[in-house]
Amino acid sequence: MSLLEVDKINTYYGEAHALFDVSLHVEQHEVVALLGRNGAGKSTTLNTVMGVLAPKSGAIRFAGAAVASLPPYEIAQRGLQLVPEERRIIGGLTVEENIVLATLTAEKPWPLERAYEMFPRLAERKRNRGRELSGGEQQMLAIARALVREPKMILLDEPFEGLAPIIVQDLIGVCRKTAEAGQTIVIVEQNVEAALGLAHRCYVLNNGHVVFEGRPDALRKDTDFMHRHLGVEA
Amino acid sequence: MNWSLLWAQLFNGLTLGALLVLVAMGLTIIFGALGVINFAHGAFYMVGAYAGYVAYAATHSFVLAVIAGAAALLLVGIVIERGLIRYYYRRPHEDQILATFGLGIILVEAVRAWFGGISQRLPVPTWGTGAVNLGFLYYPTYRIEVLGIVAVTLVVLYLVLYRTRLGLIVRAGIEDQLMVNVLGINVNRTFLVVFGLGSMAAGFAGVINAPIVTVVPDMGELVLVQSFVVIVIGGVGSFWGALIGGLIAGEIISLTAIVQPAYSEVMLFAAMAIVLILRPQGLFGVQGRQ
Repeated sequence: MSLLEVDKINTYYGEAHALFDVSLHVEQHEVVALLGRNGAGKSTTLNTVMGVLAPKSGAIRFAGAAVASLPPYEIAQRGLQLVPEERRIIGGLTVEENIVLATLTAEKPWPLERAYEMFPRLAERKRNRGRELSGGEQQMLAIARALVREPKMILLDEPFEGLAPIIVQDLIGVCRKTAEAGQTIVIVEQNVEAALGLAHRCYVLNNGHVVFEGRPDALRKDTDFMHRHLGVEA
Repeated sequence: MNWSLLWAQLFNGLTLGALLVLVAMGLTIIFGALGVINFAHGAFYMVGAYAGYVAYAATHSFVLAVIAGAAALLLVGIVIERGLIRYYYRRPHEDQILATFGLGIILVEAVRAWFGGISQRLPVPTWGTGAVNLGFLYYPTYRIEVLGIVAVTLVVLYLVLYRTRLGLIVRAGIEDQLMVNVLGINVNRTFLVVFGLGSMAAGFAGVINAPIVTVVPDMGELVLVQSFVVIVIGGVGSFWGALIGGLIAGEIISLTAIVQPAYSEVMLFAAMAIVLILRPQGLFGVQGRQ
């Protein structure tokens, strides 16, 4: 049985139908990329899985239990952790307080030192408030908050968006290292190459429908498809 | 210029401000963390004073009266959060205002029906009678003690907010409730505690101020309005905003009264208008909070 099974979910924003019978599955230790153009439904999918949005129909099973429509905190306590697109660092809290906040309900939280080892930059900034951090530091903190909970699965929503290339390289390194250590990851990214470089398997969404599922090399070969759905030139 | 009058009004402003800080603190943290505008908060303050009055009549102990007022409002807060407020978290502010405003009216009229409209007195405790010679001013002992009581209460509140897990969750929740939820924290449970403690602070303030003011069913109305001004001046959800805003408001009201008491409220609202123009998020507020 897959760690995460999403079965024909339909999610709406008010009247607007955003996801149409989206199904996907993620195995343990797997890195899965969700790709697609803006508005394709990638973030909506992650938010629905996390319980931030409730699907109108369909089933979501995580670690063997039905979680569709549970509140986010219950889903987080079961070991699923979203790193949201806007990062959502608590600006008035220090870096350390942000991390401690994340550990409060984790079963086996990391000691803080382990997070600082992974992100030495955060150790230097631990007394700074979240709102004083640069975009790259905020993203490190957002990822650190997820990792310290030692979740069964991490959902990364556009982790590289708007960051300088050198920081993106750093973060890709962190993601790779984490994945190699066995962390299950679902990544949504506009940076198709970065995402395909990390992923074992990928899905492409278009207008709320899954239009591709397969291995990154299979996707790369279909240059016409890449161009049509991802805007990537061959 | 009469200097002792000025000193007396400065101190009166401080005690009035201290009271407003206590009431506004509950209001601002409830609004900040829960997103609920509680128009019944003034009524909670009033019920606290009556609970203290009843307890004092039964026991003749001021300390027991304070404990009774605080405990009664903790209980009232918990019951009302579970029975009413929690159904309004996801509803528009207008609905919250209508519901809590209505609740406030019910509480005020229930107290009026039970105790009548006449004013009750809670005497100054024996350890608070007389006046203290400050050198430049004789000032009532109890009012100075109130300043001390409020200061200690604020230190305790500060430690809870800045040194405990609960405080960490509350401060985070004031900024971004959804993210706190996504990090595995059941905010509903925290809301209950916050609403209970905020209500308790109002009840506590009601009892300790009962010997200074008269205990009547309407006593909370003015305090509620002034507390709203305090949190607008200080910034919604801010500990320091409620503290500094409360003291500023107390002094404005008190010092204006030297010239013309009728202008006190006008000056208070003028100060609020100036803050809103120059710094719409309040002195200590964060711009663009969620």
